[in-house]
Amino acid sequence: MNVVVCVKQIPDPSVPGQLEADHTLDRSAKPILDESDSFGVEMALQLVDAAGGGEVTLISLAPNGEVSGLRTALAMGAAKAVLASDDAFAGTDALGTAKVLAKCIERVGDADLVLAATESSDGYTGTVPVQVAELLGWPALTFAKKVDIADGVVTIQRQTEAGYDVVQSSLPAVVSVTAGVVEPRYPSFKGIMAAKSKPVDNVTAADLGLDGQVGWAGARQSIVKVEQAPARLAGEKFEDDGTAAEKIVAFLEDLKVI
Amino acid sequence: MGPTSLTDFYALDDLLSNEERLLRDTIRRFVDDKWMPIVADHFDAGTFPMDLVPQIADLGLLGIHLDGYGCAGASATAYGIACRELERGDSGLRSFVSVQGSLCMFPIWKFGSEEQKQEWLPRMAAGEIIGCFGLTEPDHGSDPGSMTTRARKDGDDWILNGAKRWITNAGIAHVAIVWAQTDEGIRGFIVPTDTPGFEARKIEKKLSLRASVTGEFYLDDVRIPESFRLPEAVGMKGPLSCLSEARYGIVWGAVGAGMACLEAARDYATGREQFGKPIAGFQITQAKLAEMLTDMTNASLQAFRLGQLKELGRCEPAHVSMAKRHNVRAAIDTARTARTILGANGISLEYPVIRHMVNLESVLTYEGTEEIHTLVLGETATGVAAYR
Repeated sequence: MNVVVCVKQIPDPSVPGQLEADHTLDRSAKPILDESDSFGVEMALQLVDAAGGGEVTLISLAPNGEVSGLRTALAMGAAKAVLASDDAFAGTDALGTAKVLAKCIERVGDADLVLAATESSDGYTGTVPVQVAELLGWPALTFAKKVDIADGVVTIQRQTEAGYDVVQSSLPAVVSVTAGVVEPRYPSFKGIMAAKSKPVDNVTAADLGLDGQVGWAGARQSIVKVEQAPARLAGEKFEDDGTAAEKIVAFLEDLKVI
Repeated sequence: MGPTSLTDFYALDDLLSNEERLLRDTIRRFVDDKWMPIVADHFDAGTFPMDLVPQIADLGLLGIHLDGYGCAGASATAYGIACRELERGDSGLRSFVSVQGSLCMFPIWKFGSEEQKQEWLPRMAAGEIIGCFGLTEPDHGSDPGSMTTRARKDGDDWILNGAKRWITNAGIAHVAIVWAQTDEGIRGFIVPTDTPGFEARKIEKKLSLRASVTGEFYLDDVRIPESFRLPEAVGMKGPLSCLSEARYGIVWGAVGAGMACLEAARDYATGREQFGKPIAGFQITQAKLAEMLTDMTNASLQAFRLGQLKELGRCEPAHVSMAKRHNVRAAIDTARTARTILGANGISLEYPVIRHMVNLESVLTYEGTEEIHTLVLGETATGVAAYR
């Protein structure tokens, strides 16, 4: 059982982010593993463990040959990584990213399952996992809050507003997992040291046969404007004349919060 | 100057390798996620959360600086960073790891036979066996060479009699490293705590290191075989070398505790308004924070350089004495000043400050009192030992 996990290395969310003039994120600082991807990594490690064999391979698209986020996932226990890093990738849109990741999966060669987060914590397009599946011609199962593999079939619980759907498909398949699907392990110090010597296969656009199809040249969508969220409006105030509690309950019920 | 640089004013963490940085971030996350939500309750109740031990072991923290036998073989700096991040959580958490790794696993690793290493170290690294270290006695603290616990040879066995006090983890430990006088001088013994005649008791009503178990144990004709003696431990050098290892961890741990207080004080001062402005805007508060920032930056510098000296094999006991004395003093002064900035809130367990402040009272005394380390430095400066 070989599982490929799509992982993104993102600017540290605890440091105030900066935008470049072209509305892309400033990615010059050392990136970290997107926390939402740590769930996929943990899920993959558990599935391989349960299958009794195989390995977890990471794939990532990142500028400047960055591996610091990958090392975190390798320290958790992934066996190896493919890193697509090339100046030619600058400006790549979501579909272009999916093309790169699909080519990386083909390069890995023997994947039974691809896991990804439902969306990244910096771009939030939420479209990449299904695009990867489409490009590979594999089934896409989305928003999994539980994943089981048995007899060449993957079964997931797909999170819905009211509960969950049970969805099955044959393998290979692409599954996007929600945060909380499993509790990611802390990398052990031995894992951290071992990660240092785990192989990272560095590939360029040319290596993947994607010259001209990615980067600014291949992008078919662009972010033309970035606006601040409007300042939060003052809330509604209830003077308590003895009915405030009921009014608040009614208000929350309207919002479907309770 | 951004507020995030307060705890690393001289950007010393830039000196860390990628692996050391990942270790730092991992332990920081573990402490924030698993330790901080429960520490006040454990401190209040006077308990250590034993259910966290398997996770502490999985992180590779038990015997992290030892090589082989299931241990991670970390650099001195990595071990220091681990202690710093743990003690940012609580001195009791760092003490648990220090006692297991530096005081119990280290002597077996350094002075034990191959059989002893194979038998004990992997299970201690896995947290399946918890150790305690018996050197201090009710009447013998700074002068352990005068200890009265005795080991008498009886055929192929040893019979141990005596009492040890102020022992971290006594009462929860499965094994005790016991130092005792013999006819040939001081020797070390591995004593399983279920051996007949071994009895441990928890010390109650202490007001420091409350999230850590402290106890005493009595040895009443405890009979153990010669194979349980640490063959390479001869004289006071045995226990003292263990203490030097543990003190090194305290040098870094004190930085973590002090930095936690500094951060809490800064956050509180910038948020607390009196007379229509944040108290951070008053000169007395600023002078306090300037002093704390300088003290803790100095402490960090000592820790980092001591780590480098240790990695170069040039770290002498007097270096450790200087850094332990300096850093714990810096941390306790910082904690006390932080307490004043927090005012009445400074005495509440809702903030970390009072907890660190009273913990550091123990840290100031254990592993060589501030006074003894002063005399070590005095001896280094003059060549004259004041305590002999």
